[in-house]
Amino acid sequence: MQEITTTRTNQYIDPVLHIWHGEIPLYLFLGGVVAGIMILTGLWFALRPTTERSRALSLLPWASPVLLSAGMFFLWLDLEHPFNAWRFYLTMKLGSPMSWGAWILMLIYPASILLAWAGSPAEVRQVWLKRLAKVPKLDAVNAWTAQNTKPLAVANVILGAALGIYTGVLLGTMAARPLWNSAILGPLFLVSGLSTGAAFLLLYRLADQERITLSKIDMGLIAVELLLIALWLIGLASGGAEARAAVGQLFGGPYTAAFWTLVIALGLVTPLIAEIIEHRHKVVPGRVTAVLVLIGGFALRWIVVFAGQHSGWVSELAQR
Amino acid sequence: MSDKSYAMVLDTRTCVGCSACVIGCKTENGVAKGYVRDWIFSETTGTYPNLQMTVRSERCNHCADAPCVTVCPTGSSHYGAGGTVQVNQDKCSGCKACIAACPYGARFIDPNEGAIDKCTFCMHRIENGIPTTSCQEICPTQSIYFGDLDDPNSEVSRLLATREHYTLLPGAGTKPKHFYLK
Repeated sequence: MQEITTTRTNQYIDPVLHIWHGEIPLYLFLGGVVAGIMILTGLWFALRPTTERSRALSLLPWASPVLLSAGMFFLWLDLEHPFNAWRFYLTMKLGSPMSWGAWILMLIYPASILLAWAGSPAEVRQVWLKRLAKVPKLDAVNAWTAQNTKPLAVANVILGAALGIYTGVLLGTMAARPLWNSAILGPLFLVSGLSTGAAFLLLYRLADQERITLSKIDMGLIAVELLLIALWLIGLASGGAEARAAVGQLFGGPYTAAFWTLVIALGLVTPLIAEIIEHRHKVVPGRVTAVLVLIGGFALRWIVVFAGQHSGWVSELAQR
Repeated sequence: MSDKSYAMVLDTRTCVGCSACVIGCKTENGVAKGYVRDWIFSETTGTYPNLQMTVRSERCNHCADAPCVTVCPTGSSHYGAGGTVQVNQDKCSGCKACIAACPYGARFIDPNEGAIDKCTFCMHRIENGIPTTSCQEICPTQSIYFGDLDDPNSEVSRLLATREHYTLLPGAGTKPKHFYLK
């Protein structure tokens, strides 16, 4: 044995917690985008079943399972014992948001794939029915999804909301990390997910009317997100010593510049102003604002994950 | 599972921070190089020449309301014998949620297993009839006590009944079962 020190210097724990790196914010961001796509396309398909859709909007629900798989891949990369991942599916722990999340993710695959199939243009479905002719019962599935598009759309809205909220609750339930320990984080990540989901859809070649509708929705979402961020910060700033020290990282502490420039200015306020100007002057919304919203959404996850790990029970001195 | 409530008591008046408990634990439990399951906390407060020093040996608090057990998605972290907090490494996926949930920083990733490691209160000894933990056995000032809180005549119960004591971060609400005598 060779030990240089017997005070605690365990890797990733000391001097400050840093167990979660880039993979986790990437997953939370992609999960939020998927939640947004599922809810927005689900609502669209449920509320406007007969209106003609652009080819892009009809095909975009396929992005849900694709982006979710990418996110889950990053999540898997983060595991220290990745080949034990199947253990998540041998149990259901009611007190563990991560356990809830694991099961929500498994429900999302069939729901999102079936809705994406149902929403796809008829000629696309015909081509794939021919290509996959050897797959048994595919005709029956095709007929079933056509008849049940609305319930599938509603299921996507519900599961999307569950996904968006759980990613925030996952962090929010940890009393040991004061920056995360807020019930606002669930709705905040849901609304941010909706906003980045709308932004993701706007990257594609949608019809003008679809762009205008999504952009209008996004305006409201950004306004609500700013309000939720304000409530989150007020809650922490008016809390105990731990909470105030935690939020201090965004007010003069190491994450101040990144938070206020990338998240607030570039990711929320600038796109909000741009969208207001676009609507005032009846300009069809472009892609630049969407890119800014996506950058802001990713920066929010990144800063919350990293700054949250740097927050802890600092008042240990006063407890003695 | 035994119907006991195991707890540890450390006398901060006699602990000198010699680190024997740390090395004893590492030897007994084969803890990975560079990592510790128990450690020496020493802190100096005040302004020279009016200084005060606190020294104590710390480890997992085996909380009665342990957030690490609550957040564990696979059931790897669980309450074991005598209400202690234990880890089943075979079930651990290394998601690290328990590390984030522990306000004491008592857990770490065992680099050899890719799974969570931490103090077990030496249950492999206690459950096999050896009455002491390894840190307790090696302590040269006999500052470490281990026993059953449910037994009013146990050494830990009598010490807690007669001496002023505290737990770490009581505000975190985890109900630690590791006590420090003032």
